[in-house]
Amino acid sequence: MIKVEDVTFTHDGAAGPVLDGLNLQIPEGDLVLVIGRTGCGKSTFLNLLNGLVPHFTGGTLAGRVEVAGMDTRTHAPRDLAGVVGTVGQNPRAGFTTDTVEDELAYTMESLGYAPDVMRRRVEETLDMLGLVALRQRPLDTLSGGEQQRVAIGAALTSGPAVLVLDEPTSALDPTAAEEVLAAIQRLVHDLAITVVMAEHRLERVIEFADHVIRLDAPIATLQDPADAMAGHGLQPPVVRLGHALGWDPLPLSVRAARRRAADLRSLPFSAPARRTGAAVLASLAHTGVRYGREDALRDVEVDLRAGQVTALMGRNGAGKSTLMNVLAGTRRPDLGRVAVDGRDPATLQGGDLISRIAYVPQDPTDLFYTDSVAAECAATDRDAGQPAGSALNRLQDLVDTVAVDTHPRDLSAGQQLALALAIQLAATPRIVLLDEPTRGLDYPGKVAFSRWLDRLANLGASVLVATHDVEFVALVGDRVIVLADGEVVTDADVRTALTSSPAFAPQIQKVLSPLPVLTVEEACSL
Amino acid sequence: MSSRWLHPGAWWVWALGLGAAATRTTNPLLLGLIAAVATLVVMARRPQAQWARAFSVFVRLALFAIVIRILFGIVFGLRVGTTTLFTLPSIGLPEWMAGVTIGGVVTAEMVAIAFIQGAQLAVLLICVGAANSLASPVRLLKALPAGLYHVGVAAVVALSLAPRIMINVRRVMQARRLRGRPTRGLRAMSEAAVPVLESSLDDAINLAAAMDTRGYGRTTAVRPGERALQATLVLAGLVGIALGLFAVLGASGWGWALLVIGMALAVGGILVAGRWTARTRYRPDPWRWPETLAAGTGVLAGAAVLLSATGTITVPLTWPTLPLLATTAVLAAALPATFTPPPPMPWSTA
Repeated sequence: MIKVEDVTFTHDGAAGPVLDGLNLQIPEGDLVLVIGRTGCGKSTFLNLLNGLVPHFTGGTLAGRVEVAGMDTRTHAPRDLAGVVGTVGQNPRAGFTTDTVEDELAYTMESLGYAPDVMRRRVEETLDMLGLVALRQRPLDTLSGGEQQRVAIGAALTSGPAVLVLDEPTSALDPTAAEEVLAAIQRLVHDLAITVVMAEHRLERVIEFADHVIRLDAPIATLQDPADAMAGHGLQPPVVRLGHALGWDPLPLSVRAARRRAADLRSLPFSAPARRTGAAVLASLAHTGVRYGREDALRDVEVDLRAGQVTALMGRNGAGKSTLMNVLAGTRRPDLGRVAVDGRDPATLQGGDLISRIAYVPQDPTDLFYTDSVAAECAATDRDAGQPAGSALNRLQDLVDTVAVDTHPRDLSAGQQLALALAIQLAATPRIVLLDEPTRGLDYPGKVAFSRWLDRLANLGASVLVATHDVEFVALVGDRVIVLADGEVVTDADVRTALTSSPAFAPQIQKVLSPLPVLTVEEACSL
Repeated sequence: MSSRWLHPGAWWVWALGLGAAATRTTNPLLLGLIAAVATLVVMARRPQAQWARAFSVFVRLALFAIVIRILFGIVFGLRVGTTTLFTLPSIGLPEWMAGVTIGGVVTAEMVAIAFIQGAQLAVLLICVGAANSLASPVRLLKALPAGLYHVGVAAVVALSLAPRIMINVRRVMQARRLRGRPTRGLRAMSEAAVPVLESSLDDAINLAAAMDTRGYGRTTAVRPGERALQATLVLAGLVGIALGLFAVLGASGWGWALLVIGMALAVGGILVAGRWTARTRYRPDPWRWPETLAAGTGVLAGAAVLLSATGTITVPLTWPTLPLLATTAVLAAALPATFTPPPPMPWSTA
């Protein structure tokens, strides 16, 4: 179905090629997972298949890519539109119409399908992806999972042979991710569509893959998932557990691991205690926030304690970002009180603010306003009144190597996060708020990041992390707050919270339940 | 009436008819009536969507227009009328600027005239705002002829970029505050400009890439001769329209003919270009009697006011009365509030 022959691709102005000497053949009807460390060219590879590379991005392409018999050299992305369906990283950014039904029909309209065919295909797609109830909804009122399913549906209606998905579940809560993956699986099974997918969250997808392409391997080939996982730095928890315990074959799914772990579950386990926190640094009392007629937060009571990492979880749109904004003083609550260090955060400005609160928004690039890492760090030192070089030292402490003359926007996701933290921690604030920081981080990146948070908490900071990533919470969290529909439904220590609900259980917990084990390290100590 | 989208063209014709009426009348009662009718219909038939909230922005803009016009009228306006309200210090201007006055006696008549002139613009703004919040820009785009489609997409993307930039500005300003940097003043604005533009440009590039992968801009094979023909037609048409307009304004007899020929050529060019795209339309909005009613009442209101209004303001001012024909026609333009299908509710399942 897809032939990649001797492909080497170099971005304009780049020193070396992103993809070098790639030779692959992807058979029809397979679900292929593209993996590799951040920045190894996963998105570039995916865009090679739909023609955006090189027609839209520019750059130098050598070799040949053929999709369903069409050479991408002679076919522009719009000519491949009927053959390759593409869903980008942020589905919302790619919506071209304003309601679900119109979005589904858009590609067919562009390709000139007959009206009755369009009508039938749209109805079929609505059914297949469970979107019937949403058909007339404006796209901006949909939740993240719903938007992702609409984007997949919109790519499907023109009947493509290949579906290209870039990080389809990274931004989604666990339940929404399951819905999307179930839909993708159904497509592979029922329609024999070839799916090529990149995803950092391997724990969610590895068990569904027929083949894996490791782009950072010396020679990237189509590998069996279990082989690809052996001896690789990007193992999801369940694979790491199997690896650590020497299981063969390596388990890829919770189910496979559970079968092997029967004897482990009967071992005694004394759960190591996590941090309980000290003095209250920030508190919300009966806090409510309304947007128009809708309650974003209702009667929320939360205390944040020093020396603790608190995870803020809940569905997309449950009020996590709103709660963060209230704590940072970006949004004044309509009801109730909020106090940070005894002060109303909305009244804090300048030095008063940065010495109390560090906030890293979902998109860290919002914080950057100069054109190089060095300039950004220098501005930070000036603002915080610290000796020159302090911010840069902090940054180099967080990431091993970063070229100081790089534009902040050209950094990798992990480096951007590090730079944002290096900036925001300048005036040693004790409240650290992080909105979805692990998006775009691979496993090694997450482990490194969790160590920084550990250190911050041990130095007495109160860290609040809004996240969907249960594996990350299992690694670093001390306490979990779950929001649903603007209300706090769980506020408990991490072990109680993550073991009590299957939706929030990390893989290791699912494998070893009823033992309250959360991480691979804990499991290995059994 | 079961809910469906009214043809966006119908709303635009209706709103422009009312808007034309507003520009032709100086009767404050009639102006108020037009604004009330537009507002009533918007309240009754506005869908629940982001773009439909544009109306309140236009209303604020309208009020602003009135205030500005009155201020200008007081300072620079022609000194007419006898009912003195107060006197502003006046600035003597050199003789060659005779006719321009700054400051001086401010009369009730001057304020009233400025108010009426401001209200004309304000009501026109309200009518345009009504069209903007009643007719979905995307559905309007779908109704465009195929040859104009690509230009139309560019226009819609440009329009949708404005609110996105506003959202980006807010986000970047919040982020600036969180970095402990000032959020007001010229320096803050200039420093925020770079990240705002960068993220807006990123948005635009993402959208362009997505549209490309979804077949936007795909053309059928075009013969080179045909492309040249189309370019010639459009160019000649535009030149014809320009010359024609010039001649019409200069009251030359042959202007109208040139205008018509130019338009015909341009339409021909657009039709030729339309044949290149293989685009089809998914469930196009039909034109049925509610569309005719909405467009008709709008045109009628415009025509009736055009016939009965003089368009000049006379001093001394007299209390305005409502002319029967124009009032009835403007009131009739409120009919679409009930006699058109309501827009689909976003949460309905059918």
